[in-house]
Amino acid sequence: MTNLLVLMPVALGLGLLGLAAFLWSLRTGQYDDLEGAAARVLEDDDGPTPRP
Amino acid sequence: MSCCVGNLAETYAVSSLDMQRLEEIKVEGKRLSDGAMLYSMAVPAVHCGACVSLIERSLAAVPGVRSARVNLTLRNLMVTLAPGHSDPTSCVQKLRELGYSPVSLNEAVNTNDDGELQMLTRSLAVAGFAAANIMLLSISVWTGAEGATRDLFHYISALIAIPAVAYAGQPFFRSAYQALSHRRMNMDVPISLGVILATAMSLFESLNSGEHAYFDAAVSLLFFLLIGRTLDHMMRGRARQLVSGLARMSAKGGMVVGTDGALRYTPLEDIHPGVLLRVSAGERMPVDGVVEQGTSDIDRSLVTGESLPVSVRAGEGVEAGTMNLTGALDVRATRPAKESFLSDVLKMMAAAERGRGAYVRMADRMAAIYSPAVHVLAFASFLGWMLWTGGDWHQSLTVAVSVLIITCPCALGLAVPVAHVLSASRLFEAGILMKDGSALERMAEINHAAFDKTGTLTTGEANVTECAIPEGEMRRIAATLARRSRHPASLALARLLMKESDVALRSVQEVPGSGMEAIVDGRHARLGRSDWVAEITESGVPQEGLAFAIENERLFAIELTEQLRPGAKAALEGLAERGIPSEILSGDSAAPVSAVASSLGVVAFTAGLRPGEKHARLAELARNDCKVLMVGDGLNDAPSLAAAHVSMAPSSASDIGRNAADFIFTRENLTAINFAQGIALRTQRIVKENFGLAIAYNVFAVPLAVAGYLNPLIAAVAMSTSSIIVVGNSLRLMRQGRSGKTKIHRGRELIAVGKEPQTA
Repeated sequence: MTNLLVLMPVALGLGLLGLAAFLWSLRTGQYDDLEGAAARVLEDDDGPTPRP
Repeated sequence: MSCCVGNLAETYAVSSLDMQRLEEIKVEGKRLSDGAMLYSMAVPAVHCGACVSLIERSLAAVPGVRSARVNLTLRNLMVTLAPGHSDPTSCVQKLRELGYSPVSLNEAVNTNDDGELQMLTRSLAVAGFAAANIMLLSISVWTGAEGATRDLFHYISALIAIPAVAYAGQPFFRSAYQALSHRRMNMDVPISLGVILATAMSLFESLNSGEHAYFDAAVSLLFFLLIGRTLDHMMRGRARQLVSGLARMSAKGGMVVGTDGALRYTPLEDIHPGVLLRVSAGERMPVDGVVEQGTSDIDRSLVTGESLPVSVRAGEGVEAGTMNLTGALDVRATRPAKESFLSDVLKMMAAAERGRGAYVRMADRMAAIYSPAVHVLAFASFLGWMLWTGGDWHQSLTVAVSVLIITCPCALGLAVPVAHVLSASRLFEAGILMKDGSALERMAEINHAAFDKTGTLTTGEANVTECAIPEGEMRRIAATLARRSRHPASLALARLLMKESDVALRSVQEVPGSGMEAIVDGRHARLGRSDWVAEITESGVPQEGLAFAIENERLFAIELTEQLRPGAKAALEGLAERGIPSEILSGDSAAPVSAVASSLGVVAFTAGLRPGEKHARLAELARNDCKVLMVGDGLNDAPSLAAAHVSMAPSSASDIGRNAADFIFTRENLTAINFAQGIALRTQRIVKENFGLAIAYNVFAVPLAVAGYLNPLIAAVAMSTSSIIVVGNSLRLMRQGRSGKTKIHRGRELIAVGKEPQTA
């Protein structure tokens, strides 16, 4: 029973953390352009390749 | 290099239409708190990652631009200008150079939609969180937690479930309330009732140290249903946004000639009768008016369906929405925008839509039968148990509520949206935008098809079918003349004589309403209306149609026919194979309509129809139990598009036509109709199968609930399984008959691993 008193708040806290993280990502617009995000991965915008 | 480094082929001459678009974008700029300006615009031409990086990199180099961000999903662009720079002209100019001409967004539509989607997604997140945590606690209870531990778990579940249901259930409660207050039934009524009763009963059980609590069932039910609801909303929102981003056809304002003679851009609502407007070649008439000065040809194909341009001169009337082709016109506005021809059409459309409003979606038709049945069943089992146990109301109520929980249409709520969303994405890949899920259901029912001619069955462009001009110098002169005009006939001739080189011409002029004229080696050359061309020839025989001649020489006739849209014949044949007869309803005169009809093998056609008459013909068909698919593009088709059982429009259609249509196809080929209809039929089959599966699940689970054998474990397993089966069945839509792979457009060449990059 005492284990539960520790574990339950931990479990719920982690769950809430996940929920908060999701709501934060939603508010910062990370789901606004799913297709664009997929295409941007392929972009290599790290400048010209340095010569050896 | 990439496949799409801008659409450079589209060379850009800045017309006054572009000026107007720029003005519209400017008007919609928003000032941020730090003084920077934010401009949003639609860029319909963006279609891959390379376009995104090209636009963003090029705009970042424009002075004054703080940031530029493209949204590939919605095909729009947000540009922020640093404080001190407020003019987006250079950005718009840059975009045009790259070949992505921007158009203004309809801001009001977007903000509204976004809010609803955000709300649904937040509800989904809350329900997901609650479902996962309560399920965790429930599993402990199912595996044997007893006494005080079980009560504790039930209390914690209640603490999570009650706020979660109150928050995440809102979309359903609201819709159920609305339906009930209009004395209708929809799926949300049994859903809301089930969820609320399950939560209330579980709370009662928890407080009385009962054995069974159904918090997990209530919350996971909400979670599954919200998935379906959110998907459905995303699909519709995206289609709407893409439609509003398609290049705007009708003018949103016009150039007003001030008393000092200066031109000023004026928004549509500020153009009053009596105002003098300058409409240059290539622009559309913003309002109805009378020509005060100048002559020109106007293209009325989007307004009346006439395929050939009409010439106008001072004193003649012009309708809003017609395109001015050849010369600048000064037009005196006669009616304000809200009373123009355009708005007559809008009123007709609104009336037509009211007529169609009676259509009820399949899911709601199901609900109308399903929910009374479920409620009667629950009530009957309550009465039955009261009699059987001799008045043990606690036991009877538990059974009745568990019947409600188990029959809650979880699978039914998912059956329709999942299938529709998957079909929408299949259609989207084929270049077809669907505005609403119910359009698919209506599409599956059609048994008759009506087509507009100009712009729908034909491309709206003319083709030269006979050109008597002899090879050599003559052809070169004709080609040079044709290239100087944007009259459709000239464009067609220029296309035919593409290979001819230019010759030197003097004093080239376009005579609006007549044709092109120039001087070659001291002699006049004319290309245009036959009777006008004949004036300079010796024979001087006036004829119908088009001709070309050089002074004192023979006259050469040019014959034009309308170009059929690719796939037009195949599309009509495909419909006929499925037993759907087609007919043509056109506003054009009889001769061109019958020519098109015979070349397509269509027997039924009617010519010279006004918008109201087209609508009347559709109403007549509807009375004869025909479920009509209407395909059209013009303003004159808009009322019929709204009145038809289901409607489709090409993306080149007028704004109003596009808004009225249920489907919009963005590619040239007309076989999009057959594709959409095929998908609709298949979706209908999948949805029916899903309903069948959901009912089969009920047949299995309801007797258990009525007999009192239901416990939370069985409820949770049965509900999740049926939802998964329904989603799995819908996913078959993605598999069948699919060929295309995902295409990746690369911005730059990949450098092979281990090799040095080659330097120039």
